[in-house]
Amino acid sequence: MNTKVLVAPSPHVHSGDSIQKNMYGVVFAMLPALLFSFFYFGLGALVVTLTAVASCYLFEFLIQKYILKTEVTINDGSALITGILLAFNVPSNLPIWIIMIGALVAIGIGKMTFGGLGNNVFNPALVGRVFLLISFPVQMTSWPVSKGLTSGYIDVETGATPLAIIKEGLKSGQSLSSLMDKIPSNMDMFLGNMGGSMGEIAGAALVLGLIYMLIRKIITWHIPVAVIGSVAILTGILHMADPEAYAGPVFHILTGGLLLGAIFMATDYVTSPMSNKGMIIYGVGIGVLTVVIRVFGAYPEGVSFAILIMNAFVPLINVYVKPKRFGEKRK
Amino acid sequence: MLKTFSIGGIHPAENKLSAESAIQALPIPQMVSIPISQHIGAPATAIVKKGDEVKVGQLIAKSSGFVSANIHSSVSGAVFKLDDIMDASGFRRTSIIIKVDGDEWLEHIDRSEELVKDIKASKEEIIKQVGDAGIVGLGGATFPAHVKLSVPPGKTAEVLIINAVECEPYLTSDHRIMLEKGDEVLVGTQILMKALEVNKAIIGIENNKPDAIAHLTKLAANYNGIEICPLKTQYPQGGEKQLISATIKREVPSGALPIEVGAVVQNVGTAYAVYEAVQKNKPLFERVATVTGKSLKNPSNWMFRIGTPVKDIIEAAGGMPEDTGKIVGGGPMMGKALSSIDVPLTKGSSGLLLLPKEETARKATKACIRCGKCVSVCPMGLEPYLLMVCADKKDYERLEKDAVMDCIECGSCSFTCPAHRPLLDYIRLGKGKVAQIMRARK
Ligand code: SF4
Ligand code: SF4
Repeated sequence: MNTKVLVAPSPHVHSGDSIQKNMYGVVFAMLPALLFSFFYFGLGALVVTLTAVASCYLFEFLIQKYILKTEVTINDGSALITGILLAFNVPSNLPIWIIMIGALVAIGIGKMTFGGLGNNVFNPALVGRVFLLISFPVQMTSWPVSKGLTSGYIDVETGATPLAIIKEGLKSGQSLSSLMDKIPSNMDMFLGNMGGSMGEIAGAALVLGLIYMLIRKIITWHIPVAVIGSVAILTGILHMADPEAYAGPVFHILTGGLLLGAIFMATDYVTSPMSNKGMIIYGVGIGVLTVVIRVFGAYPEGVSFAILIMNAFVPLINVYVKPKRFGEKRK
Repeated sequence: MLKTFSIGGIHPAENKLSAESAIQALPIPQMVSIPISQHIGAPATAIVKKGDEVKVGQLIAKSSGFVSANIHSSVSGAVFKLDDIMDASGFRRTSIIIKVDGDEWLEHIDRSEELVKDIKASKEEIIKQVGDAGIVGLGGATFPAHVKLSVPPGKTAEVLIINAVECEPYLTSDHRIMLEKGDEVLVGTQILMKALEVNKAIIGIENNKPDAIAHLTKLAANYNGIEICPLKTQYPQGGEKQLISATIKREVPSGALPIEVGAVVQNVGTAYAVYEAVQKNKPLFERVATVTGKSLKNPSNWMFRIGTPVKDIIEAAGGMPEDTGKIVGGGPMMGKALSSIDVPLTKGSSGLLLLPKEETARKATKACIRCGKCVSVCPMGLEPYLLMVCADKKDYERLEKDAVMDCIECGSCSFTCPAHRPLLDYIRLGKGKVAQIMRARK
């Protein structure tokens, strides 16, 4: 008879879930938005995405193999996500060398200095993006205008994003209603007909990805709903108070990468809280900060900064916000 | 919306391979080994010696305290010897080894199939009879049943909850009992109600057993105060606290017993055993177990005599498959891996699961990606990732503060973790340590 049986403690079976399945699930969820960006920005989008992804893989490999001398884990899919997210967050005419710097900062500083996947405090792609935004403000804010599939790469016409149009216009004393005529309609914005970074333009594609991730149980609804909901409520109140000075909730939700941030960046496993309660607090924090930065701050869009700031609070949230224990008195 | 418990939970593949297989009697072996400790609490004291003649149902080891249980011979024959042998837990325990000769039962045991519906015994007589018959919780916990029937002073039982959830994947013995012994289960339930002086009982059954729900619902119309409660299939609904939460929406506080919220929980197999003990004078010396596994020829359900070696039930199901990687006593989520098939089946043996190697081999552990999935599935609202880290760092103070003692060891966290982290292994270690520290403080 078979004498070599395993004796190990329960449970004796596993769900079959794995890090890869979740990571590639997120990648799959980003495909609609990715296809959209190719469709709107053509060659440029392709070049930027390939460069960002290849650089993330390369830097992760080099750092793990030669500097940290640890196990190389580039197959877990997380470098792919960082690459795509980085590409999503930059203009489609960004020069290759700048993208590579962004990838190096994202992987090298954003991820590996903390000890790799699972230990980083900040979303790596956002670390890369914000670094580029501060170092290369001009290149990072000249947004190509969509010319469809045939769009070129470097030599493309550029224009301002709707948020920037509004922000600048308000500063120079124009009324909101007159500015509204200069930006695309809500429907156009939802379908991606506006200037902006590659991944933020097509709300519809991003929402499709969200639905997929919810069905596959890759993420839960808490963070996206908390972010989008709090932005909607806050901007709704401001808009009602003074419709001439503050744009309405639909505009705020469809622009400036809010959906991209709420769906794909704030939900990053590693840099978001563990408990449902914690996730809601974190999500509301992002929503509030985004509105504050957009409305009162210097940058026209605030999602990236808001997420990074809330990333910093996650360890604290995890310590102080406990899940509801079974049998605990409901307050 | 079907009812279920308040937080967490998972839905592992059900794999109820043996659900259609009617209960058969397992042939009586030539030799049985009956351990004197098959329950939670003090081991019983053997009252037979080498050479004694015994009959089926005869008391051979006496309960040695309030939390202990009588043990009866499951066969007729002569005591061959008393010896320390390895049992399913892997420890060597004293067992009474009996050489079988024929199948002669004690005379006062009613062996007829006839249903005895009328309950003559008084409350006190029932509790005594349940204790005398050596009945323990048959869901796997093996806690002496008479103890749970003795409600502590100052507390009152309001409702009896019968655990017919069978939430462990693969196992089907409770399912078969409900289908084949439905009336007996309901009479047993009424006996338990009488002992507890409650006029309401709820039988919780998961909706992956629609035939059992339909059958018992039909029969229950003839019995007063018994309600059949279909539940959404969700693991670990068979946990006492989870079942109470699912059926009556009350949460038993941390560290407290179900009676705190007016509930007493008994397993459906226990209810059947109580029927047999009180109405038929039959002590607990046989029970039903499922033998199952994907590579097994004939996954099936068997009524076996306690003390039968595990290998006999495997033989009955077609023999051990080539690819067997693990032999589990119980279900895949909370069962115990056995190191040998020579160990005896006991009162707590609800099933035997032969898992193929690739189904059970653990994958390499990766770094925690902080996905929070372990937190969201934990039915006790704990943070398994954190408890594992604290157990690893030996931070027992934090473990205690973060409620490690509430862990019911259901394994949902380890089952779910995409990084294949052995969360429960560490949590168990931490729990053991914290329990020691807490005892020392008292
Ligand atoms: S084993 Fe313990 S910690 Fe893990 S899910 Fe179950 S109750 Fe929670
Ligand atoms: S499920 Fe595993 S990887 Fe996810 S948080 Fe828990 S321990 Fe970490």
